[in-house]
Amino acid sequence: MNAPALQLTLTEQRLLDEFQHGFPLEPRPYARIAEQLGISEDAVLEHLQRLQAAGAVSRVGPVLQPNRIGVSTLAALAVPAHRLEEIAALVSEYPEVNHNYQREHRYNLWFVITAPERARLDAVLADIRARSGLELLDLPMLEDYFIDLGFRLQWT
Amino acid sequence: MDMNVTPHPALEDAVNRALLQAVERGLPLAVQPYAVIGEQLGISENQVITRLQRLHEQGIIKRMGVVVRHRVLGYHANGMVVWDVPDDKVAATGCCLGSVPFVTLCYRRPRRLPDWPYNLFTMIHGHDREQVLARVDHLVRNCGMQDFAHQVLFSQRCFKQRGARYTTLDTRMEATP
Repeated sequence: MNAPALQLTLTEQRLLDEFQHGFPLEPRPYARIAEQLGISEDAVLEHLQRLQAAGAVSRVGPVLQPNRIGVSTLAALAVPAHRLEEIAALVSEYPEVNHNYQREHRYNLWFVITAPERARLDAVLADIRARSGLELLDLPMLEDYFIDLGFRLQWT
Repeated sequence: MDMNVTPHPALEDAVNRALLQAVERGLPLAVQPYAVIGEQLGISENQVITRLQRLHEQGIIKRMGVVVRHRVLGYHANGMVVWDVPDDKVAATGCCLGSVPFVTLCYRRPRRLPDWPYNLFTMIHGHDREQVLARVDHLVRNCGMQDFAHQVLFSQRCFKQRGARYTTLDTRMEATP
């Protein structure tokens, strides 16, 4: 069952909608946001604290371009149903793994691995192959066509 | 862009690396967040702001702002849509998909034949599966993809999710202000 969506005030909706990019690079960024929302600086900080505590906001800050500072790849495993829990836990153990999802497909476990350099990435992939004994797809990004302006939320 | 590019020259700079490490888990929710970070690193508030500005201009920072979690906001369906697009059409198609507002990622990746024929990956969130599938139909029509095979891989379970940590894994990147 899906949990009901978090209920947000109109101000909180605007805070999420309008500040996913172009966050002010000036000494008091939250005061600038407050000005645009017509509320106090303290209120902006309180809203963000609440949204973060509720899990709706993971963080406020920079999103880095993939493969500029380190290297990453998307990997997939075709895991027999009875081994899924075990293999998912094995994959999640690696600090280099930052996303790990079950998806509906023969390749049913999809994860992103990020490392400072390719050699470390390859070592993690080799290790997962060896420990799981499963075939693994290594699908590094070749080109990025996405202009990241954040995620447009719809409140209806 | 090439996967195997050498690191951007800006990342040879130890202060920039320490700065990215300091902010990758988010800015402090404090009145002067950049001053707090400057204090940690032993550089001025103004230095923090200027360096972040530069890193943004250089494309190392893709965007600065609020990072939301879709699921908590009621976006329960998440489909990774994979497409098999002819190589000579992949750039134009990718640009078309990448500019549609509800597409949240659009990457070209290698095929792994015979197992994996798909070379273009998009992520689509929706309130439910029907909405995601309707959005896929919209993409097919809008970007002229009627002849390209595709599959929608809905997510079933999230075992792990957090922001990528590029710097904290690298022992050479100790904070050295």
